[in-house]
Amino acid sequence: MAGEEHRGAAAERGPSGGPGVPALEVVGIQKWFGSVHANDDVSVAVAPGTIHGIVGENGAGKSTLMSIVYGYYQADGGEIRVGGTPVTIKGPEDAIAHGVGMVHQHFMLVDTFTVLENVVLGVEKGYLLRSTLSEARQELERLEREYGLDVDPDAIVGSLPVGLQQRVEILKALYRGADILILDEPTGVLTPQEVDDLFRILRALRDQGRTIVLITHKLREIMALTDRVTVMRAGRVVDHVATAETDRAQLAAMMVGRSVLLRVDKEEAAPGEALLRVESLAVRDRSGVLRVHDVSFTVHAGEIVGIAGVAGNGQSELLEALAGTLASEQGTIAIGGAPVPAGGRAEAARAMRRRGLGHVPEDRQRMGLVTAFDASESGVLGYHRERLYNRGALMSRGAVVDAVGSTMEDFDVRPPLPTLRTANFSGGNQQKIVVGREMSRSPDVLLVGQPTRGVDIGAIEFIHRKLVAMRDEGKAILLVSVELDEIMSLADRILVMFGGAIVGEVSQEEADERTLGLMMAGERADGAEAAGA
Amino acid sequence: MKGFGGPTQAPTWVTHGLVPLINLGLALVIAGIIIALIGENPFEALRLLVLGAVGYPEAIGYTLYYTTNFVFTGLAVAIAFHCGLFNIGGEGQAYLGGLGAGLIGLYLGHWPAPVVIPLAIACAMAFGAFWAFIPGWLQAKRGSHIVITTIMFNFLAAALMTYLLVEIFIKPGQQAAESRTFEAGAWLPFVHDVFAAFGANIGRSSLNLSIVVAAVCLVLFWFFVWRTRWGYEIRAVGHNESAAVYGGIAPDRAIMLAMAISGGLAGLVGVNEIIGVHHRLLLEFTAGYGFVGIAVALMGRNHPAGILLAALLFGILYQGGSELAFDMPNVTRDMVVVLQGLVILFSGALEHMFRGRIERLFARRARAVAA
Amino acid sequence: MEAVTWIVLVIDATLRVSTPLILAAFAGMFAERSGVVDIGLEGKMLGAAFAAAAAAFATGSAWLGLLAGMGASVGLAMIHAFACVTHRGDQVVSGMALNILVAGLGPVLSLAWFGQGGHTPIVADTARFRPIHFPFADRLSDVPFIGQIYSEIVSGHNLIVYIALGMVPLAAWFIYKTRFGLRLRAVGEAPEAVDTAGISVAGMRYRAMIVCGILCGVAGTSLSIAQNALFVRDMSAGMGYLALAALIFGKWRPVPTLFACFLFAFADAVQARLQGVDIPGVGIIPVQAIQALPYLLTVLLLAGFVGKAVPPKASGVPYVKER
Repeated sequence: MAGEEHRGAAAERGPSGGPGVPALEVVGIQKWFGSVHANDDVSVAVAPGTIHGIVGENGAGKSTLMSIVYGYYQADGGEIRVGGTPVTIKGPEDAIAHGVGMVHQHFMLVDTFTVLENVVLGVEKGYLLRSTLSEARQELERLEREYGLDVDPDAIVGSLPVGLQQRVEILKALYRGADILILDEPTGVLTPQEVDDLFRILRALRDQGRTIVLITHKLREIMALTDRVTVMRAGRVVDHVATAETDRAQLAAMMVGRSVLLRVDKEEAAPGEALLRVESLAVRDRSGVLRVHDVSFTVHAGEIVGIAGVAGNGQSELLEALAGTLASEQGTIAIGGAPVPAGGRAEAARAMRRRGLGHVPEDRQRMGLVTAFDASESGVLGYHRERLYNRGALMSRGAVVDAVGSTMEDFDVRPPLPTLRTANFSGGNQQKIVVGREMSRSPDVLLVGQPTRGVDIGAIEFIHRKLVAMRDEGKAILLVSVELDEIMSLADRILVMFGGAIVGEVSQEEADERTLGLMMAGERADGAEAAGA
Repeated sequence: MKGFGGPTQAPTWVTHGLVPLINLGLALVIAGIIIALIGENPFEALRLLVLGAVGYPEAIGYTLYYTTNFVFTGLAVAIAFHCGLFNIGGEGQAYLGGLGAGLIGLYLGHWPAPVVIPLAIACAMAFGAFWAFIPGWLQAKRGSHIVITTIMFNFLAAALMTYLLVEIFIKPGQQAAESRTFEAGAWLPFVHDVFAAFGANIGRSSLNLSIVVAAVCLVLFWFFVWRTRWGYEIRAVGHNESAAVYGGIAPDRAIMLAMAISGGLAGLVGVNEIIGVHHRLLLEFTAGYGFVGIAVALMGRNHPAGILLAALLFGILYQGGSELAFDMPNVTRDMVVVLQGLVILFSGALEHMFRGRIERLFARRARAVAA
Repeated sequence: MEAVTWIVLVIDATLRVSTPLILAAFAGMFAERSGVVDIGLEGKMLGAAFAAAAAAFATGSAWLGLLAGMGASVGLAMIHAFACVTHRGDQVVSGMALNILVAGLGPVLSLAWFGQGGHTPIVADTARFRPIHFPFADRLSDVPFIGQIYSEIVSGHNLIVYIALGMVPLAAWFIYKTRFGLRLRAVGEAPEAVDTAGISVAGMRYRAMIVCGILCGVAGTSLSIAQNALFVRDMSAGMGYLALAALIFGKWRPVPTLFACFLFAFADAVQARLQGVDIPGVGIIPVQAIQALPYLLTVLLLAGFVGKAVPPKASGVPYVKER
């Protein structure tokens, strides 16, 4: 690989060994969001002409830090230095003026515009577009030649694949004269080929003397691309290390703050009959893109089946199709041996529930709860038509409050007040309301999506214990999570999804991060390259 | 996400009492300034207005008659709001409601009142519901923006009614576009007549038994929205459509149901006006009541208790405002329309200006929610 | 010849009726392209109509009338922007509030200032925008066809008609060919892209609302001191909503919107001339049916039965920075 030999050389120019002044330096940054201390005394120095990684778990504060550097938020304390000089960055325009560019996780593009129009937006030269656009066209041609950043300048951005859209973002930054380029989780939505292209471009940029800051939670990328790395955890910097002097295990340990990953005590699984059977399922998302194809698997009573995969490989759509909220295009879903009629949306969701299916959705705020409702009302969502809660035409508030109240006690929701507004509970407690609602009815089949996203450690352990307990009661559980640790510690069997298909299956005993990681990157267990989307 | 800083909740009396009052106060202050600018004494105007609205029995009757209309249109706007919809079509739906009531009055007026009146009420609701259901259906099934379609339906209703009255229902040999007067069976009794039947003498006014219908609607509205699964579903769709779908609630059905109910409520204005007061079909009897409903629902925070108070307030303003012009020729009921606009501005469009600040001021930190 | 005269007169009327419609629809275009839904076009027109008539009456100058009309309309547009952009209020509620406010305020002020119930005094011709007669228009009017077209359609309109027609290409040029237009279109589609490009979203939306206010101001002025000689209560008579319909019908694009305005104005011109006319084979078409046509067409369009109207993606959505 071309990048490999550069890495060592660039690392020598790094702040620890080199004579150079840091291209970008943040000193003692403080940032609060309400009561959340998102950045606590964060200091990072990035040497010029290097790729500097900032790694940490979701919520570690790395995106917040870079949003401060880009002027998107104002720090509550601390200093930003560019090329050694303290600078005030009040907004993106200041950052741009100081040569800082940013490629956001969610692209900041106007879908209806052409590539060219997107590139010049905000830095038009003069009042009329014509000269601006022709100048920009030449500049893009130059960038294309220098870095292999080829995109059709007249293409409508909304019609481009995400990999190319990201390229437009990079072009935007370069067109603005960015010497320092920040990329926030750039690979989350890319295919492996697109990731390779991106890395190639980033190395080329580095070799031309530009400085790159890569924010990610993926260790593989850190190891493959960066010269130095800063590890963040819970809003603080844990350490800075040269990439060549560390390894994934050490970084992982620093990221999670404990060398032993989450392990859940559980007995050997005793799988019974197949409660959920999926055959040749194909699903399109709401914009009509085929996201799941030819997926078949079963989940038996008394086992937890985990679905691992990089976010965006069809897991979300699979989960929604199983829950009924997304219509399946092809294939059959059977619960308890009886096939479920294909349908879409609400009616199907209701039918699934009636069949004994519980569903903890991936995004509780968007789907699992109505934050404006009382906890008691959120606590019966999907079950509000049950006879228990209704007396003729009227709903029985007393029955609802009592039932949800006792579930909240059982699931340790704090405070256990069913009359409090859902929005007033913390993320972990909201999740426990959802989990409680879905588990307390002891469904035969339970779908669980990202059960611990944005949930604190205590609640994670609680939810994990509950899941295992349910398994031991003989229920079938399908767990979808992008957290590999969670999958590995909970699931009895692991299916790996890539490009909308299941590319491999491993049992818990044979699962290790390497095997799963390879499969998640699209390589089949037998070594062949998967035909992903 | 740690999207919310800390669990805070302001006391109910702040959210539902103080904030609306401050918004109303602001609207009154600005209206007062306008009155002062045009050379009248705002305090005197206020005194005359209140006197004109509640100072003598007839006035109270008229105030309650207006209130009746505003309860109907306020509830109509509110039920749509609960489903996340903005129904600006109250005018048109009320117009059609009047048509429904009027058709019964014209063709079945010779039947006995106990039969005709429930029929007329049902027909008014059905016509209003139908006129709102179409935009609801278009929103639910075709994604047409309900604000625009309901505006268009107001104009369509106006064109339809003009056509019907000019070409079809017009009383032969008459210039004005009005139908003949209904037979007595289709007259909803005036409240003063009802009292007179029991020997009590109260002032004559337009107030009729529609007010009983309004009272029933207020109560039923509360039960429907907060104590039935249909109300639950409508609110779920209004707050979070994805969560509703997840919960097995079909948004399109909730939208169509909410709009039909909304139109049915607005249609009851037709009952109050057509079989309650005019006893014939005529043009433009809705007189902007549908739009007042927006102000009423916003001020009343979509709750029947609040809507009752806001409707009473606007009843007072409408009645008092028309009396005011006798003593203060420069201050007509148009001033009330100004105030109505200001109320919508402050309690609707600018609600975030003070709300957040005031609520935070009173917010008590809920007990630390640890986990 | 009879038919030609009839057609010429209808086109003449179409131009006259379409003037305020075009101005208001383009006002709405600037607002909605920037992401601010404005159902307050009606109120701004009405407010401008009152201010223009009042100022023209008081000063005797049509130009000061125009200035006052634009001032009033821009003022209302700024309230709308303050509520919707600064305080992220509901845009429909705000627009409605202003419509109602103005509907009351016009009559209140005309009563207070001029002692007239619901209208201003009649403005003298010298303080109005009067029809401009092009050279030789009178002499050519007898020449069949060409002469009629020149004297009735090309010549003989008030200045604002020509302003409106001249504004259309100018507006299209602004929207598609200038920096302002690029940013305007961007802020209505993807405000976050504009924000991260270092441009103020609020600033762009305020600017768009100023343009919206100016155009509505001209539209309102044309109602009260060009087409008429005074302000009357509710004189905009739903034209602001019709303009909104034309904007949707024109799918938020300049040329189609212009033609939608012409179509709606044409329908109005035709219905005025078809009143009670018995068309062979058809009979008498009810006037109301033609009046209802624009609204019906708009509903059908919105329902996707005739084409599909896709509004700017961010219109109606207050901009909130995401974490």
